[in-house]
Amino acid sequence: MINKGSKVLLEVKNLKAEVAGVAGVAGAEILKGVDLTVRAGEVHAIMGINGSGKSTFSKVLAGHPDYTVTGGKATFEGKDLFSLAPEQRARAGIFLAFQYPVEIPGVSNSALLRLAYNTLQTERGLEELDPLEFDDLVQEKIKVVEMDPSFLGRSVNEGFSGGEKKRNEILQMAVLEPKLAILDETDSGLDIDALRIVAKGVKSLLSSDNAVVMVTHYQRLLNYIVPDYVHVMDGGRIVRTGGKELALELEARGYDWLRAAA
Amino acid sequence: MTLTREQCFEQLLLGKAVKSEGWLEQIRLEALEHAEAMNFPSARHDDWRFTDLSPLFLHGFHPVDSFARLTLSDIEKFLIPGAIRLVFIDGCYAAELSDLTQAGSGITVASLVECFGGGCSRDGRSGDHLVEENFGRHAPYKQDAFVALNTNFFEDGAWVSVASELAEPIHLLHVATRREVPSAIYPRCMVVMESSSRATVVEDYVGLDDGIYFSNAVTEVVLKEHAQLQHVRVQREEKNAFHVGHCSVESGRDSVYSAISVALGARLSRHTLHVTQQGEGAEMHLDGLALIAGRQIADTHTRIDHAVPRGKSVQLHKCIADGSAHAIFSGKIMVHAGAVGTDSVQSSRNLLLSDKARIDTQPQLEIFNDDVSCKHGATVGQIDADALFFLKSRGFSEERARNLLTHAFAAEIIDKIPVPSLVESLGRAILERISGACT
Repeated sequence: MINKGSKVLLEVKNLKAEVAGVAGVAGAEILKGVDLTVRAGEVHAIMGINGSGKSTFSKVLAGHPDYTVTGGKATFEGKDLFSLAPEQRARAGIFLAFQYPVEIPGVSNSALLRLAYNTLQTERGLEELDPLEFDDLVQEKIKVVEMDPSFLGRSVNEGFSGGEKKRNEILQMAVLEPKLAILDETDSGLDIDALRIVAKGVKSLLSSDNAVVMVTHYQRLLNYIVPDYVHVMDGGRIVRTGGKELALELEARGYDWLRAAA
Repeated sequence: MTLTREQCFEQLLLGKAVKSEGWLEQIRLEALEHAEAMNFPSARHDDWRFTDLSPLFLHGFHPVDSFARLTLSDIEKFLIPGAIRLVFIDGCYAAELSDLTQAGSGITVASLVECFGGGCSRDGRSGDHLVEENFGRHAPYKQDAFVALNTNFFEDGAWVSVASELAEPIHLLHVATRREVPSAIYPRCMVVMESSSRATVVEDYVGLDDGIYFSNAVTEVVLKEHAQLQHVRVQREEKNAFHVGHCSVESGRDSVYSAISVALGARLSRHTLHVTQQGEGAEMHLDGLALIAGRQIADTHTRIDHAVPRGKSVQLHKCIADGSAHAIFSGKIMVHAGAVGTDSVQSSRNLLLSDKARIDTQPQLEIFNDDVSCKHGATVGQIDADALFFLKSRGFSEERARNLLTHAFAAEIIDKIPVPSLVESLGRAILERISGACT
């Protein structure tokens, strides 16, 4: 929900980034000057064709080591984002839902969630939960994504279907309660039922204190989570910003008319 | 003191003669005769080409002449609650630290010396007879210098024979103490699983007070038809110790043998496991983990012989090497001409945690008939960068994320141990080890 008076969470100005070079060879520039302001309570969608830079943008915000920031700045709640390590960004309240969730054999889902939760609790000056207390919490959270509790005892994402992996990302979001959640193509590879569950889960986590940036290729996720802003990325820049109707227009007309205009 | 390879070996040959009677004395003398004609294997020996034994030659190892007195509190951290327990201190049986109260009917757990005296009869058969039938018949003391030394010099050992189903684990705890001069000790175990019996046996090699010693262990295992054995082997010797272990297993018809071997300790360690499928339809599961750091060397050599039809073997071995440690795995699976219908999968997975660490892995399949299904593979890698970033994006520090991933890599093996308290204590030891290696 747009409320111009609410707190600015993320402010990105003229952000440029490239693929980290190897052995002195400069990498290719992918982000060529991105501007974005996200306030508490808002839902943003970033759309664009493959290679437009939208996934890179989400990874750069989370601090992925494959990318080097070469220009511009970003602040999160006033703090210089790029001076923070990925784990410090997470502790500050940034969450990235991965496009391709990672499998971690040997680490149970419940252990991962508890350890991550307790790290944030400590950061926030709150008490850690022991496994029993945490189990009560996670049993509540798991309902958000309609996941079978047996998934908690399994290794993180190991043997999960595509949809289960994406639901697992949202479960992590539900437990960690970030201020800013960046969903990197969370809708890709989902069938219609899984999409509905994931969208419902995300929606239930929205409040006037947090914000969501959804990076997506398609409009269909936006049927379930209606964005306040739709941004179109092309060639490493945001070339158009509009309301939810922009997504519908993209769905109807494709991206070419915008690319030509840019 | 630095000795030559020959001098170090000769020093061992000067060990304390242990007297026995009859058939056993015969075996001891034969073993000594073979040992005297041998030496430590050099790098020219195919089975030892990756393993540099030279750290061993820095010491002359002396026989243990008097036995240390320990109390239960000295070894408390190693104990497994509820287990049947035999404790050996520097190769000698410590009855006062052992606990045989859980050993019910159909189970004999005793010291070998007691059995040699005929003191552990079962079901009307003389114990001595059972021991004679099996002892020394499997481990190759005529071919292997270490086995020969052990077979001549072992003071005492564990005798386990099971003819029923046993829920409690049998814990064979071999404790090495710190002594004034480096000592040579010779742990020995023999396990006989009678038809349709079931048990879990934990062989556990530990050290106290940072002693320097050479532990040269030999174990023989026999599974009769339909027997099932979970055989856990934990090597957590002191950091300046040397450990060479040999285990020979014969598996009978439709038996199931599951080995889980964990090597964490010792300056230099070697474990040789040789399983021979004697009966049709036998199943063998071999899981192994070596987790080492600093200047440690850990070598695991396994061999599975499929000699008869319908055998199944599944092997997963993992090495984790940090610092400038060197881990070696060589696993040979031989499928002989008559072993039709063999089903075998072997996998070697390895994790290098530093630029200076080294891992050599050598999975080998030799197949002499066409009617088989065999697969093997090996990977060597570092901590997965994607997993590392994922954990950081969830708030984990670099160090914590690395520790978690390393622990998880090890846990896949550790978690197979069917003794919860041991899984827990090894998990703790591994975490301490990993975080210690980071600082």
